[in-house]
Amino acid sequence: MIALATEVPPGDVERLRAQFPALCRRVNGHLLAYLDNAASAQQPAAVIDAIADYSRNHHSNVHRGVHTLSQEATALYEGARGKVRGFINAASEREIIFVRGTTEAINLVANTLGRTRLQPGDEIVISWLEHHANIVPWQLLCEQTGARLRVVPIDRRGVVDFDAYRALLGPRTKIVSLAHVSNALGTVLPIGEFIAEARDRGIATVVDGAQAVPHQRIDVQALGCDFYAFSGHKMYGPTGIGVLYGREAVLATLPPWQGGGDMILTVSFERTTYNSLPWRFEAGTPNIAGAVGLGAAIDWLAEVGMERIAAHEAELLAYATARLLTIPGLTIIGTAPDKASLVSFTVDGIHPHDLGTVLDAEGVAVRTGHHCAMPVMEFFDLPATARTSFALYNTRAEIEQLHAALTRAIGMLR
Amino acid sequence: MDLADLYRDVIVDHNRNPRNRGRLPQPSHSAEGNNPLCGDQLRVTLEVSDGVLRDIRCEGRGCAISTASASLMSEAVKGHSLAEVAGLFGQVHQMLTSHDAVPGPDLGKLAALSGVREFPARVKCASLCWHTLNAALAGDAAPVSTE
Ligand SMILES: Cc1ncc(COP(=O)(O)O)c(C=O)c1O
Repeated sequence: MIALATEVPPGDVERLRAQFPALCRRVNGHLLAYLDNAASAQQPAAVIDAIADYSRNHHSNVHRGVHTLSQEATALYEGARGKVRGFINAASEREIIFVRGTTEAINLVANTLGRTRLQPGDEIVISWLEHHANIVPWQLLCEQTGARLRVVPIDRRGVVDFDAYRALLGPRTKIVSLAHVSNALGTVLPIGEFIAEARDRGIATVVDGAQAVPHQRIDVQALGCDFYAFSGHKMYGPTGIGVLYGREAVLATLPPWQGGGDMILTVSFERTTYNSLPWRFEAGTPNIAGAVGLGAAIDWLAEVGMERIAAHEAELLAYATARLLTIPGLTIIGTAPDKASLVSFTVDGIHPHDLGTVLDAEGVAVRTGHHCAMPVMEFFDLPATARTSFALYNTRAEIEQLHAALTRAIGMLR
Repeated sequence: MDLADLYRDVIVDHNRNPRNRGRLPQPSHSAEGNNPLCGDQLRVTLEVSDGVLRDIRCEGRGCAISTASASLMSEAVKGHSLAEVAGLFGQVHQMLTSHDAVPGPDLGKLAALSGVREFPARVKCASLCWHTLNAALAGDAAPVSTE
């Protein structure tokens, strides 16, 4: 076994773990080792309780009533928006749009910015390692507008080729949309450098931050992007809530997307006028409970500290990488020098799906499949990989549980 | 939930050494099947004449359950009439989906797959080859999908 400096004392992690009810349960007779955090992270009691408190005591509609509960619900909902603003250092709450998640955020940009800015022959640039959520909306847009999708290549490590990216940016490039962190490989892009290249050329920039936000401090003003999208359920919050950050100067020029209540000022059959930012992009009754839960997750993350989380997760990544590489026939897919705390891998002679079943029987939850990134799988000529992804509450003991379960799978199946 | 019930020796053996692997050069019937959840892909090629399934090959990549199931299926259907094949399909389907079904005597080695029903996420892996076989016999041009 290898010795690594532990940045966060183990007692600290145990105290954090105790706040997550799901982590205390057993699965198939074993203590749960939850290593599928890149799909969805577990929720601390603070988040669960905030949602329950809203549901028990304040549930009503927002922006619509003079009665007490409606005012409380509105204050909670808009309070959550304020927390999001601070969390990513946006300049104003007008730049924070609540959506269902990253997928809806990107679709919103495609349907507003995309439809108004693109002419036939214009180009949208993405990279090879995108999640389907950052591919398909742009393909739909291309079909509607006659624009073309251009794809920046990756190398065998899973690093996005910066020179190829620069070479792809041309006079027809109107939108660049890139993952900050790859969910399939863990690659962290030096996203600020990618954004700067596009900005210098007047190209609109969209960042899929779904995998970045839970692991590092994000400052959208420092990054300088036009849009930044992320999901609540990957950052210890509930499902069904996410955020689209949009720079106000850009948002102000966009037409609405969905129409309905809340997004209007006045409606008559002759003419409708639209609400101001950000509500113009929030048609209908929003996910109030979800926003409250997300706000609670942000408070909780602030208390733990993003730097502490990043240090602990970096330590887990190094430990897991070293331990997994001791398993004969195990290959790590995605070996970028700058990686988020996840490891995609294959084991010779054993399909990832079988690994997933054996691991589950041992209480170890990992993701197996194409990770909604089929072009990445195609690039490595694999049908699927197994992926272990870490959160602030994971431990070395859980990595040992994974190691033992993999050893058992090999004994059974190879 | 007992893993040994899923990965029985017969299944592990058929996964390691799949029978009737490959592709018939001039099949009378053929079809492709996909399981999008795990990325399994399968091609089944058949030689059918006078209502009898005379030869079969399966080719593709998939998990142990889908590989072994295709291998076991190929042995079970080879040389049988199409009516017998349809009967087997019904019995396999019953075995994979209903909890109290006792594997029928006709199933033979296919009964090794009876543990799969305790693992709902894996039933599609075991049934992919059978759906693909059916599609081939029906002459379906479009690939079948388990979704
Ligand atoms: C990189 C990346 N982008 C987008 C998404 C889509 O997020 P959601 O399903 O929450 O909309 C995910 C997660 O599944 C992801 O990992």
